[in-house]
Amino acid sequence: MSEDVRDAGYDDFLDALAAGEGYYLECSEGHGSLPPRLACPQCGDRDLVETPVPETGTVDSCSTIHVATPSFVDDAPYVVAVVDFGAVRLTGQVRADSEDVEIGSEVAPDVGESATTGERLVTFELR
Amino acid sequence: MTDARVGGVGLTHFGVHPERTSRELFAEAGLAALDDAGIDREDVEAVHYGNFMGELSEHQGHQGPLAAEALGLDVPATRYESACASSGVALRQAFRDVRNGEADVVVVGGSERMNNLSTAESTEALAIAADDLYEVRAGMTFPGAYALMAAAYFEEFGGSREDLAHIAVKNHANALGNDHAQYQREITVEDALDSPPVAEPLHLYDACPVTDGASAVVLVSEEYAAAHDVAAEVAVTGTGQGGDKMALQDRDDVATSPAATDAAEEAYADAGVSASDVDLAEVHDCFTIAEVLAVESLGFFEHGEGIAAAREGVTTRDGDLPVNLSGGLKAKGHPVGATGTSQVAELTKLLRGDHVNSEHVADATTAVAHNAGGTVASAVVHVLEAVDDEEVGA
Repeated sequence: MSEDVRDAGYDDFLDALAAGEGYYLECSEGHGSLPPRLACPQCGDRDLVETPVPETGTVDSCSTIHVATPSFVDDAPYVVAVVDFGAVRLTGQVRADSEDVEIGSEVAPDVGESATTGERLVTFELR
Repeated sequence: MTDARVGGVGLTHFGVHPERTSRELFAEAGLAALDDAGIDREDVEAVHYGNFMGELSEHQGHQGPLAAEALGLDVPATRYESACASSGVALRQAFRDVRNGEADVVVVGGSERMNNLSTAESTEALAIAADDLYEVRAGMTFPGAYALMAAAYFEEFGGSREDLAHIAVKNHANALGNDHAQYQREITVEDALDSPPVAEPLHLYDACPVTDGASAVVLVSEEYAAAHDVAAEVAVTGTGQGGDKMALQDRDDVATSPAATDAAEEAYADAGVSASDVDLAEVHDCFTIAEVLAVESLGFFEHGEGIAAAREGVTTRDGDLPVNLSGGLKAKGHPVGATGTSQVAELTKLLRGDHVNSEHVADATTAVAHNAGGTVASAVVHVLEAVDDEEVGA
């Protein structure tokens, strides 16, 4: 995989999230999903509309990762969380000490970088 | 339709064998299975083979033909990849071929070489079972994903690291006499609790090891067994497969494993049994929390109650429902692509009476194998039943 080739949909999503304009795809039934999608993964509806991700969400589950893959070895330990934004959930790293993050914590999404590779990733800030 | 009988089973030692190729590991397991069945090689019609990370660990794709030739067979062969459920889905296809009358003799198994990679490399290789865009790129690891499930379970139902430690202790105790197992040593609850954290709340002793190994099962039709006097005392009587969204973030509830629930319900209906008929089970305990989710999905416990099963002795070897008498993935080891069929090999021996732990399930007739891929985005369940010897020749 050549490094300068983008992943259509995914990289566009990160660009938007970094600009404070993050969106998800909402189908006519109200199900949320993340790009790239041509059909709603819940119900198959093909009428998908870009809808703003709410400014904050709540932590559904979280874990402090101590043993990382080579791509994040210099980042460890770090907190990974699945965050609920209503119609959609996002996975990312919470930029906070692990003892300050718990299920139910309120966070805001952003885009940060891996300390190991400099690659972009979804991050969250505590609110 | 006919039930598919288990004609023979074979296993390598599960452990650290970094120098052994997956093809050679599979040769040992597959030839042992053919010898156990006492079947002529000319009668084998197909090979179904599970392998997960061959491209990454051995720079080797397209392993089906290699698996067949490793056994000295010149037959069609297919490699299946469904992460840790690879040989479980291979078994499902092999079973259907035999039951539907399309084949009388098939070999199904799997093989995995992992320890030629460094720990960091194998952690990265295992992570490809998760969603690359939305999980791996955020720093999710395979233990990290199960840690999220464990944290959600604790939040929703309660439970503690000590409850999980009892599962590790149980499975290590079961592996003590199993010469195929990677860890033949007892551990204590304190050992597990004091082990270093991997992805909290999971610590090192909550996790299965990185394992090299292979397994194989020979399935034969009832008619073939009768005509060729094959001592096939165990039948596969039901199969089920379930699916879920790949990424945890796309599921409504990560404290349960509905794909395995669906697979179990289908397999029970297929076999005409219910959860209460099951005498023993081999379940996919890649992490201790995974055994909890498994025994709940299999219908042995209500959601929220599986966490206490090992601590209360229900699933220990002398309990009402022994789980992972082989040692499970936790202590026997988890050569990813070989795990699904290794569970069936172990259950077959347990039911036949030639397993080191058979004495603990002497009256057992019905067993279940539960094999999961990724964070249970794929799940395969099979029902095995002991067959009356009188029926085999009938």
